[in-house]
Amino acid sequence: MADLSINFAGIKSPNPFWLASAPPTNSGAQVHRAFEYGWGGAVWKTIGAPVLNVSNRYGAWHYGGQKMLAINNVELISDRPLEVNLREIRDVKRHWPDRAVIVSAMVESTPEAWRDIILKIEDTGADGIELNYGCPHGMSERGMGSAVGQVPEYCQQITRWVMDVAKIPVIVKLTPNVASVVPPARAALAAGANGLSLINTINSIIGIDLDTLEITPSIGGKGGHGGYAGPAVKPIALNMLSSLGVDPVVKQSGVPISGMGGISTWRDAAEFLLLGATSLQVCTAVMHYGFRIIEDLTDGLNAWMDAKGFKTISDVVGKSLHRISDFKDFDLSFRAVARIDPDKCIRCNLCYVACNDTAHQCIDLVDASGQVVPPYRYDVHSNGKHEAVSTRPQPVVREDDCVGCRLCHNVCPVDGCIEMVELPSGRPSITWDQLTQARPEVGTDWEAMKRYREEMGIEIH
Amino acid sequence: MQVIKPEEVLSEYHPPLSDHEAVVEAHRCLYCYDAPCTQACPTHIDIPRFIKKIATGNLVGSARTILESNLMGATCARVCPVEELCEGACVLGAEHKPIMIGRLQRYATDYVYQRGIDVFKPGVPTGKKVAVIGAGPAGLTCAGELAKLGHSVTVFEKRELPNGLSTYGIIVLREPVEVALAEAEMVKRLGVEIKTQMELGKNLSWEEVRNNFDAVFLSVGLGAVPALGIPGEEFIVDGLGYIETSKMNPGALQVGREVVVIGAGNTAVDCATIAKRLGAERVTMVYRRTQKEMTAYPHEFEFAKKEGIEFRFLTQPVEVLVQDGKVTGLRCVRMQLGAPDATGRPAPVPVPGSEFVLPCDQVVKAIGQEKPAVAKLLDLETEKGFIKVDQDYQTSLPGVYAGGDCIRAKGSASTVMAVQDGKLAARAIHRKLVPSAGVAADD
Repeated sequence: MADLSINFAGIKSPNPFWLASAPPTNSGAQVHRAFEYGWGGAVWKTIGAPVLNVSNRYGAWHYGGQKMLAINNVELISDRPLEVNLREIRDVKRHWPDRAVIVSAMVESTPEAWRDIILKIEDTGADGIELNYGCPHGMSERGMGSAVGQVPEYCQQITRWVMDVAKIPVIVKLTPNVASVVPPARAALAAGANGLSLINTINSIIGIDLDTLEITPSIGGKGGHGGYAGPAVKPIALNMLSSLGVDPVVKQSGVPISGMGGISTWRDAAEFLLLGATSLQVCTAVMHYGFRIIEDLTDGLNAWMDAKGFKTISDVVGKSLHRISDFKDFDLSFRAVARIDPDKCIRCNLCYVACNDTAHQCIDLVDASGQVVPPYRYDVHSNGKHEAVSTRPQPVVREDDCVGCRLCHNVCPVDGCIEMVELPSGRPSITWDQLTQARPEVGTDWEAMKRYREEMGIEIH
Repeated sequence: MQVIKPEEVLSEYHPPLSDHEAVVEAHRCLYCYDAPCTQACPTHIDIPRFIKKIATGNLVGSARTILESNLMGATCARVCPVEELCEGACVLGAEHKPIMIGRLQRYATDYVYQRGIDVFKPGVPTGKKVAVIGAGPAGLTCAGELAKLGHSVTVFEKRELPNGLSTYGIIVLREPVEVALAEAEMVKRLGVEIKTQMELGKNLSWEEVRNNFDAVFLSVGLGAVPALGIPGEEFIVDGLGYIETSKMNPGALQVGREVVVIGAGNTAVDCATIAKRLGAERVTMVYRRTQKEMTAYPHEFEFAKKEGIEFRFLTQPVEVLVQDGKVTGLRCVRMQLGAPDATGRPAPVPVPGSEFVLPCDQVVKAIGQEKPAVAKLLDLETEKGFIKVDQDYQTSLPGVYAGGDCIRAKGSASTVMAVQDGKLAARAIHRKLVPSAGVAADD
């Protein structure tokens, strides 16, 4: 059994899974129940300025029969009275000394307001504070949330006010609604933040109702952008997480990062850890299936860590970061081609049509006698399964023409049927950076490129 | 005593898919390219296309996709042996469950029929007139396809109701009568005139047909159930009539307590199923060959066994035993398989001295149908007794085409094959009548 416990800037929890600041952590009763199920921590739904909420609040994106690939919301921070929240936070922490209780906060941008809320939070016995600089809707119209997170100077200023007061660890939660999360992250660190978390939700309009032509969700006939979250945002979150992990300033600081954005399974969790997250926050998956999912999050992560020989979470954190690179540093001579395993292939021809219509036309349909045949070649009088199945050709990759785009591998519905196989290219390793340093004209003149390709035997069809 | 309500015990076996079931199943379809299900379907319905339209909620488009390849798509959704055709070829069949193509097809076609939505319009009139003899699936399909192309079509049907075996010969358990009639109504709305109770050689003369139409399509199906030629034959109930009564007037169907069904094809299974469901205590199917040679589809055989129907293979009836005008049993002789006969199957040979009596009070026979009589009437060339046609479904009489069971010299007769005949024949007739049309290649 691997040790899943973490120490995040002094905040300890028995496993890295925290409920994100969101509806699941709206009340003491909910957080109690979540802890009973085994959650390692909870970031309380943001408390602070007085608000009123609307209905409908949540829209969702469904695809291919799968519900809630993503959710979006126009819910604001907690609309429960501040005193009620503070009382319940104190109560939860007293009952669960081993769990991480972090309180998310957002108030108007004055030092007094921040000082006041920080003192009140610390008075509950909470383990840490998360500064919500991310909420993209509603609060931002009032100069809070992402209105702060999008401007590094504000980010730094407010974090400074907080750090002047706070005695418990402070985490700055970053908004993804920026060109790069690095400047606001650096600003938070410059002000002394103890941790970073990302991503908050992304600006989005989830859809239109095709019967009423109203925006989803419709608030009395009106709608607008809301915060987008859930499985569909995971790749965006991973990219932003890694951009912090490879930033020299962030790396130098040694400040831990709490990763979130679409974590639904232990597999997602492992990926966030490998790209540098120390704690993991979960919201949409819980909103879809309830607190019970913590069981497989920890069980699956544990099994994977055991299988890989990782003893602690810190053994995993950042393990794949060194592989994050830029295009200019990729090896132009690396060659992979697709290979279809005919024993596993079910002959759905999805690889064939994808390659033929949209990629590089290098998959053939080959009949039993080895002849390349066109699709739809059967006679109108053909009937019955025996003829259809016995005459069905096999898709085969012409490896000499395959550019290794990997589209067929991605569309194949059978696990392990289409593998990308590394083949020697016969060319010495070289990156674009190295090439254009040695021969700058190759990057500016097609004739020079042609000469280089001829020298290297690079054919493009 | 248990009261059996025929409308309940004989009602359609599979419930319709719910909206949720249909969408979940549609999403399971991989959307294969040049899909094997489409090839295996004799009418080559673009199955992945119609299924994806269910997934996107375009149900009218889904039904149109089905019906443009197969005008009798609602019948075929129910009666096709999908295990041998589309579903049998599904790429998910090997390791998982194949997609429920038949039931999805029913879902989409029911959608338009229940709402009275027509997916096709009659074509621009060509001024040409075509007669169709027989309003079964082949005839209705041919008529409908010709009407879509603008021809004026009249269908002559000897029975009171159109749609042939779909209306009269397939048990309600598999296809309700209303489904068959709705298809005929749809064809009528394309401008086709269906004249019922008109029989060629009786109240309809061949001269009249030849003189008034530019082309003729014969889709007359097959004849009566042949005679067994055994004593007491007059006490045997005709299987197709048995099924017809179960559909048209189920309350009037006389079902024995112990019923023997002679034959082992799909019609025989249907007869046995009705008898069992309507209260027969014991239903036994007798067949002179073995399970291997029986013509019922394997899934029909399995279905019959689940219904509690018993089988006596290698058993040949030799006499219906009758006492006081009532059937008391069927005398049979045991058979053994000998050398292959003309059909290539081992010929059953009686085992001497092996006669025995199966006690029963009703004997039903479903041993196939006689060859079409119209061939003789019109002096058409035949093949094994079936009407002989060329690649274009044209008979030995120029301008006279034929399709459906009456030309099925090879392979087994089925609704879907009849539909394909009707569709391809319509295209050939169109090419002949409007040579400039340049009909697109057949699918």
